[in-house]
Amino acid sequence: MGQIRQLALVELKVEPPEKVTCEDISTIFEQVLGHPVKINERTDIVEDLGMDSLGVMNFVMAIEDFYDISIPLDRIAQIQTVGDLIHAVDDLRSGIQE
Amino acid sequence: MTILAKHAAQRQVYESLHAHGVDVQFDGVLSPTEGMLNGRPTILLGTNNYLGLTFDPACIEKAVEATRSQGTGTTGSRVANGTYGGHIRLEKALADFYGRQHAMVFSTGYQANLGVLSALVGRGDHLLLDADSHASIYDGSRLGHGEVIRFRHNNPDDLYKRLRRLSGQPGDRLIVVEGIYSMLGDTAPLKEIAAVKRETGAYLLVDEAHSLGVLGETGRGLAEAAGVESDVDFIVGTFSKSLGSVGGFCVSDSPDFDVMRIVCRPYMFTASLPPGIVASTIEALSRLQSEPSLRANLTRNAHHLYDGLRELGFQTGPEANPIIAVAMPDQETAVAFWKLLLASGLYLNLAIPPATPTDVCLLRTSVSAAHTPEQLDTALAIFADVGRRLGFLTSEKRRAGGVA
Repeated sequence: MGQIRQLALVELKVEPPEKVTCEDISTIFEQVLGHPVKINERTDIVEDLGMDSLGVMNFVMAIEDFYDISIPLDRIAQIQTVGDLIHAVDDLRSGIQE
Repeated sequence: MTILAKHAAQRQVYESLHAHGVDVQFDGVLSPTEGMLNGRPTILLGTNNYLGLTFDPACIEKAVEATRSQGTGTTGSRVANGTYGGHIRLEKALADFYGRQHAMVFSTGYQANLGVLSALVGRGDHLLLDADSHASIYDGSRLGHGEVIRFRHNNPDDLYKRLRRLSGQPGDRLIVVEGIYSMLGDTAPLKEIAAVKRETGAYLLVDEAHSLGVLGETGRGLAEAAGVESDVDFIVGTFSKSLGSVGGFCVSDSPDFDVMRIVCRPYMFTASLPPGIVASTIEALSRLQSEPSLRANLTRNAHHLYDGLRELGFQTGPEANPIIAVAMPDQETAVAFWKLLLASGLYLNLAIPPATPTDVCLLRTSVSAAHTPEQLDTALAIFADVGRRLGFLTSEKRRAGGVA
């Protein structure tokens, strides 16, 4: 007790799935936000889900763990919608540079 | 609509803080630990003045002497007319202090990170930053053209995982961590991070801004305290905390270090430090080395405040370092608490997101070697009084050991 608690982050101990899906991303969102969310590829991560910059960063780290990738900061800056995120994760997993 | 309308959200935060009266303007500064605020003497407990050297008579005398003999400023860059004997002496003193071959002095600590990070990491390289890094590290990462990857704060396993993901990719890897993190006062697990560095063939840079003169047997910082100085390739730091002036530096044993003088744009395209600042900094660095009692006092004072706050039932950061952060449940409480502290004669830093890690609001204190035990007792009494007035320190909460 008496210490500042670091935010608990999602750590899923399973092999990352082959395909990047809205469903998996939705599950990660729910774990980070702590409540159910309805998303599709057009969902704006900041506007529609009301995430602040810290929330986005924590969410990105959870995504990175789940898919076993690192998303460089300049790529994160280009991601606005869930669709953008799916494309970025797909590109990084297949080794496509920006 | 103006061209600044894009910052509407930040403006709202700024105006609301302004409306709460959290802007501070000192009427005067009486000593390293006391200032005049709103017409009353106020204990300064948030100034990063770790060794209390800002009013040191010898440092002041050196600054006055250099200003009289060499003028108020150099009016030029280090690579043009802005290199004086003092700049070279300061670089030599820093290299000697750290036992390194090379040292370079910058006009601010912020520029040191900007210059060094952008020079070390270029296109095709990889920069691995602790997620809680200072803004100057993030900004330096943007000034270079390398790929920037964040790892979880103080988590060597996460760092290792991210370096492993890079295996097979070309380019240098540079790991950047801080000695003491400026918001919570926690230290990096440097032994473990150095082991990851060795195993993965990365370079390691440690920003000792808050740990120079604070940690280590001779005050060289966390790398010294953790016994891993030989694993640290670059040390960056500042003169604006324990050395009581302004400016930044980098030391290293890299044999081609001096090329940085013409590839660091934040070094080249800015005026060099004024002679008075250089002179007082050299003196302060010498005091840091010749008076270990300063560091002993600082450590004693840090424990005094840290233990006192925890005994009162406040929720603090994880370590008793000179930076001690008290967690507040929300911004409204944090502002109210901070204003009552100030009205009672105690100044410290109000830190709200996004300047803080996670989404926590903090009352951030920084202890000085120059604080007297009486001043710290007064500060604790003010904390206890405000805590009671705001309903923080009920006996139940005290028994639970925390306020959250």
